[in-house]
Order: sequence, then structure tokens, then C-alpha cells
Amino acid sequence: MTHFFAALGRPVWDALIFMGSVAIFFCQGVQQTVASSRIVQRTLRQIHVIGSQSLFLIVLISLFCGMVLGLQGYYTLIKFGSVGFLGSVVSLSLIRELGPVLTAIMLTGRAGSSMTAEIGVMRISDQIDALDVMDINSVSYLVSPRLVASVISFPLLTAVFDVVGIVGGYLTGVALLDMNQGAYFYRISSSVTMTDVGCGFLKAVVFGLLVTTVCCHQGYFADKRRDSVGPEAVGNATTSAVVIACVLILAADYVLTSLFL
Amino acid sequence: MTTSWDIQIKNLKAGYGDHVVLEDVTGLLPAGAVSVILGGSGCGKSTLLRQIIGLSTPMAGELIVGGQDITRLKAREYRRLRRNMGVLFQDGALLGALTLAQNVVLPLSEHLSLSRQELRNEALRVLRMVGLEEFADYYPNELSGGMRKRAGLARAIVAEPKILLCDEPTSGLDPITAARMDELLLAMNRHFPDMTIVVVSHDLASLWTIADQVLVIREGRSVFCGTPNALKESTDPYLVQFLNRSAESASDEAEAGHAAMDPAVRARVDAWLAS
Repeated sequence: MTHFFAALGRPVWDALIFMGSVAIFFCQGVQQTVASSRIVQRTLRQIHVIGSQSLFLIVLISLFCGMVLGLQGYYTLIKFGSVGFLGSVVSLSLIRELGPVLTAIMLTGRAGSSMTAEIGVMRISDQIDALDVMDINSVSYLVSPRLVASVISFPLLTAVFDVVGIVGGYLTGVALLDMNQGAYFYRISSSVTMTDVGCGFLKAVVFGLLVTTVCCHQGYFADKRRDSVGPEAVGNATTSAVVIACVLILAADYVLTSLFL
Repeated sequence: MTTSWDIQIKNLKAGYGDHVVLEDVTGLLPAGAVSVILGGSGCGKSTLLRQIIGLSTPMAGELIVGGQDITRLKAREYRRLRRNMGVLFQDGALLGALTLAQNVVLPLSEHLSLSRQELRNEALRVLRMVGLEEFADYYPNELSGGMRKRAGLARAIVAEPKILLCDEPTSGLDPITAARMDELLLAMNRHFPDMTIVVVSHDLASLWTIADQVLVIREGRSVFCGTPNALKESTDPYLVQFLNRSAESASDEAEAGHAAMDPAVRARVDAWLAS
């Protein structure tokens, strides 16, 4: 019986310690954002890495996502004689849910994993220690610019995802399946409200902060892992970062959606 | 009143978590001299260096740097004191995203308001000192291991610190490059006569070339602290063995060398080699 509770308690205890550590790390990152005098230059570089370099991927994914939504929506709605609502289905699905969630998951895989790997390699090759020895706050140097860049990049890329996804839905619904063009756009403008758009952007900001904090945290403490050391620890940290960030995105999405509905 | 930049270590005990690496280390690393911390692999040399730099906190004992016991200083006070230290890490620890010039002036560009031209001039000045002026715009991954170490040394001395700490500056280098690194450290000693230079090493050739003072650590304890000449004259069996580069248990090594491979494995290895 004691073993059962010990086996149950240890992971719960580890999870609590992990969450506390991530929360403290996030607070340090935010504090350093205010304290750092050179944040603008570093943030611009990170916006390029997180934002511009991910743009093509987001356009590609959102186009296909919108096309699939258009196709599925068309053949479902036609059974009920409501094909005119395709614009509403595509736009609301994208703006409320798919846009922020898929953008965040794509950015976790593309930019988040690279953050973990880069910071992890810096940790195991003494570069972070070197920063500390030079009296350069390593959280301010590495984490704060990424947090600010993610707050800017995630909503912008989500907006791109939404627009290109709606174009994708247009391509299948209107261009391919001959739905009325006017009805498609009329339903979008009549069903999408500013609250939907605002909620989508708020989700994007929350997901951006979650992804960046978790990915930077995993890289920053790659040397503290119990399962591995050296380059293997960086690899494992990267895997953990992507898995944890994806789970947190979906959990946070549920919480935020239930708050807004 | 001038501050003495000697490093005094008194009964230092340190480790990681519950694991004790340094049991009892005592010694003096004087200012204006090149001191070498010597010892076998895993004896705790780098751990001692981490204590001096402040990357780990000692479990017990005293560590007096610049006249202050750093084990009693608050984090902010210690960070202020650490500005007087320059550190050369084992592989240079240069930031991969920055060029050599940007790397070496990083402490200046982060803490001072200097113009680009002033930073460039400072970068070229220190890179010239280590013979890397023409590589100023190269990235660290475009350089050899020896060049990265020299660049790391340039970064460590850019603010002309009172204390220069070097972690295994000659490890992994060929003899000619290692000798060049020794020359560089001696040149630093000539250029900055008051600087306390501490080198962690197990390279005996380097020791005899550069050391004014030697601290020998064995299994977490200091076993010798004095001049290289006194070290040469020591009759301590471990020191004699270390300096003569003889194996700890020659007979065991020999036995291991002659241990025969399992016949079944040997047969399969032979078959594989013949295939």
C-alpha cells in the first residue's frame, strides 16, 4: 500500500515542482523584459526567427486546412440544404479554434524546438555560464526577447492563418464546387464578430507565452535532467518541450474556450 | 588602501547536491603570479574553479578573493566582485550567433555605452594580442579548437580583469598550439603584472613553463601548495608518481592488457574480419 502511494505521489510531486519552476522562470523572464535595456534589438531578431522564418510554413498549412474545411463543410452542409453557410463554418472554425491552435502547434515544432535546442546547447557548452560570469543576465539575454517576440509573432501568424485558411475554403467551395461567391463572403461578414477575432488573438498570445516559456525552460535546464546528460539531454529536452507545449496548448484552449462561451 | 587580489582557499568543502567532490582544500594563489591547479581527471579541479567563479556555492570553508570571503557575500555583492574576473572556459564558450569581434567585446557592449567604432577598435586590440585580428568577422564554428580558446582568452581579458581564470587552456591541443597558449598566458603575465592568473590543468609540460605557484589536488584534498621547484623536490609518493607519469597500479593495468578474449567472441570477430 505504501508503495502504491509512493508511486502515485512521486510523479505528482515532480509535476508540482516542474510547474513551480516554469512559473518562476516565466516571472523572471517578464521581470527582465522590463529591466533589460537592450531588449528591442534582440526582440527584432527573434521576431525574424519565430515570425518571418515560419511564415511560409503557416501559409502552406493554413491553405490546405482551409481547403479541407471547405470540402468537408460543403459535403456536410449540402445534405441539409445549408451550403450557403459554408463561409460561416470555415471562418468561425478557423478564427475561434483552428487558427490559434494549429498556428501554435506548428510554431512549437518549428520555432519552439529550435529555441530548446539552441539554449540547451548553450547550456552544455558553458555559454550560459559564460554570460553569467560576464555579469550578463542569461534570462534577460535569452528568454525575455523570445517572450516579447512570441507575444508579437503568434497573433500575427494566427491572423495570416485565418485569412489564408478562408481563401483555402473559397478555393474549394467557390472556385471548385461552384458555390455562390457572394453568399460565401456575406456569411463570413455576418457571422464573425470582433469578439471572435479578439478571443482568437487572446488565445494566440497565451499559447505564445506558454510555448516560449516551456521551450526556453527545457533548454535552460537541460543539464539538470535526470534521464540523460550532454547532447542526449538536449535531444530529450527538445522532445519534452514539444510534447509538454502541445499538451498545454490544448489544455489552455479548453480552459479559454469554456471561459469565452 | 589597495585591494590584494590573492585567492586564499581555507578548508574548502564543495560538491553537487549530496555528492561531495572537494573534501578539504587549502591553498594560496598569489596576485601577480601564474598559479596552476594540478590534479588527475575527476579530482575536483574544475569544481574548485566553479566555486571561485561563483557558479556553485561551497558547503563549508572560506574562499577569500579581493580581501572578501565570497562564501559570505550576498549574490549582488558577489556579482560586483566578479566583474574583476575574466574566465576562459574549456572550449572557449563563445556564443555561436556572434562573430569573434562581437564575442570578445560582449562584456563591454552589454555594460557600457560605447560607439560601434570604439567597440570594433577594442575587439581588434584584444584579438591582435592573441593573434586573431584577421579572423575578427569569423563565427566560432569556422575556427579550430585552439583558435576558439585564444578567442575565449581575448574575451576574458578585454576588460583587463584583476583575476584571470583558465579552465584547461591546453587540453585537446597539439603540442605546438599548446605551447603557443602557454606563451600567451606568460605574455598576459608580462602585460598585466598585477593580474592573478589561475590555470586549471593536468598538462605537466605547461606546468613547468608557466607556473609560479602550484596547488595539487588529489581525490578532493589539497596535497601540495608551493613553487614548482618545491614540487620537483617533493618526496610525497603520489606527487612523485604524478610527475613521473607512472600508472597507479601498473601490475593491474598489465593484467588487463593481457586478459584474453572469450574464445567464442574471438572466433566470431575473426570470422567477421575475414569476411
